[in-house]
Amino acid sequence: MKNAYFCIPFQGISFMKILVCISVVPDTTTKITFTDNNTKFNTSGVQFIINPYDELALTKALDIAEPAGGTVTVIHVGGAESEPSIRKALSMGATDAIRINADATDAYFVASQIAAVAKTHAYDMILTGRESIDYNGAAVCSLLGEMLQIPSINVITKLDLDGNNVIVEHDIDGGREVLNTTLPFVGSAQKDLCEPRIPNMRGIMAARTKPLQVLEPAAAVSSGNYANFELPAAKSGVKLIDAENAGDLIQMLRNEAKVI
Amino acid sequence: MSIIVFAEIADQQFKKATLEAVTYAKMLAQKTNSSVVAVAIGNVSDAGLLGQYGANEVVTVAAADSFNAEVYSDILAQVAKDKAATVLVISNSYAGKSISGRVAVKLRASLATNVVDVPDTSAGFKVKRGVFSGKAFGWVNLDAAIKVLAITPNSFEPQNTGGTATVTAYSGSIAQAQTSVVSVNKVSGKIPLTEAEIVVSGGRGMKGPENWGMIEELANVLGGATACSKPVSDMNWRPHSEHVGQTGITIKPNLYIAVGISGAIQHLAGVSSSKVIVAINKDPEAPFFKAADYGIVGDAFEILPKIIAAAKAAKA
Repeated sequence: MKNAYFCIPFQGISFMKILVCISVVPDTTTKITFTDNNTKFNTSGVQFIINPYDELALTKALDIAEPAGGTVTVIHVGGAESEPSIRKALSMGATDAIRINADATDAYFVASQIAAVAKTHAYDMILTGRESIDYNGAAVCSLLGEMLQIPSINVITKLDLDGNNVIVEHDIDGGREVLNTTLPFVGSAQKDLCEPRIPNMRGIMAARTKPLQVLEPAAAVSSGNYANFELPAAKSGVKLIDAENAGDLIQMLRNEAKVI
Repeated sequence: MSIIVFAEIADQQFKKATLEAVTYAKMLAQKTNSSVVAVAIGNVSDAGLLGQYGANEVVTVAAADSFNAEVYSDILAQVAKDKAATVLVISNSYAGKSISGRVAVKLRASLATNVVDVPDTSAGFKVKRGVFSGKAFGWVNLDAAIKVLAITPNSFEPQNTGGTATVTAYSGSIAQAQTSVVSVNKVSGKIPLTEAEIVVSGGRGMKGPENWGMIEELANVLGGATACSKPVSDMNWRPHSEHVGQTGITIKPNLYIAVGISGAIQHLAGVSSSKVIVAINKDPEAPFFKAADYGIVGDAFEILPKIIAAAKAAKA
């Protein structure tokens, strides 16, 4: 059953409203450390970026909306410190932005906030990244699908629209699959979907005055809270094998490490 | 009270990840005095097999074989309600991840994906999950009465304890799918990278896609899967589906052999949970040697044939 909150565009009327969910994450080169007795992520000196998979979702949304005269709204759950990243999304070409002014405690909370906004707007499509590279929940897409009672398709590598009809190629365990569904739907972007768009000077100038709406969070629960963090156990030191006797590795893996 | 397991099937057999999930559920069931109910959707040759790994009951569902997130999550939620489930155990596979969120919403459950250890139930319910793409772990308290856990493949060794399970047919309803499958391109018999116990991976040091024969041969001899670094997939030497690292896939094999990969922090993030790491690189200063258990400094094109020959000899 399609949700009544969404309007279904008529064939031939080229107006498309897309919502893209943006998460802001530590740059991929960040060395991860924790403070307060390993209970908090240490953000000191950390450079934050738009989650790389979310940039793909945004780029794809722009590629679909722009030729059709549609709009792309980016939505982010987080504090004011995320605004430079939101402006970057606007400079890539998004029409406007919404920031839900709350700590993104977990995927369930974030999805609840986005769903609350989506229920009052008639988005034809919602796109997210495959997962955020900080908390790796990979859950917002399927959570949103259920909260909004629309299909959710994960790890999309190809996305084509034909009117109201959606043809999607996505990764499955051990292969790829092509699916057919109809708008509205929610999807998550995987690497092969597109190349991320790089903002140009015109986009950067335009982004300064584009609307960025700040909303207070809706009442919602999260799945829970982090008690503490830990780093992977350090390796005890590498055992070097002489290249001449490289074949010895096999015996060591068999008799010593017992992994083959 | 019960613990529900989503029993994934491939080629009419339970996947290894399913045996891991049932083993995990059994460990938890013993702590909480619950029964383990596995839900097998689609054709499977021996549904009762899961009894050997700790399932008390296997509910078989004669739905269409093709996976559908809405239909499958609806079935799981119905069984969970019927069996008064407190925990649902799902594999953190693509299929598992696409239903875990939907099931959690249906049951108003707490959700944790990427789970790598048995829960700490000494005070409340706390699970360990991988965060920062393998660079760290976080212990998260789950608050709701029902918990949905998606567990990372290769985190638990399946344990055959020789039990038996009753097999029953699902009696609930089957939802109408809003999504239909147009075509499937699946390599039958090939181990998915995330589930492989042994992974042989190549980097820029392999010099070109034409040299991957050696990587594939070593993987074949060892019964493993092949992977690659980000530059290799960016240059289209190998498909992105093989890219392991922070913006690729995070894997947790028993053995990871990295050939011609320097070991950038983004790459190490994706593989650091591997039990044993072997680094082969011509640069003795390559960062990978600091993260490895075994290291060989030298030319991969001379070293790999020796390892392949030794592996073949050991197998013979």
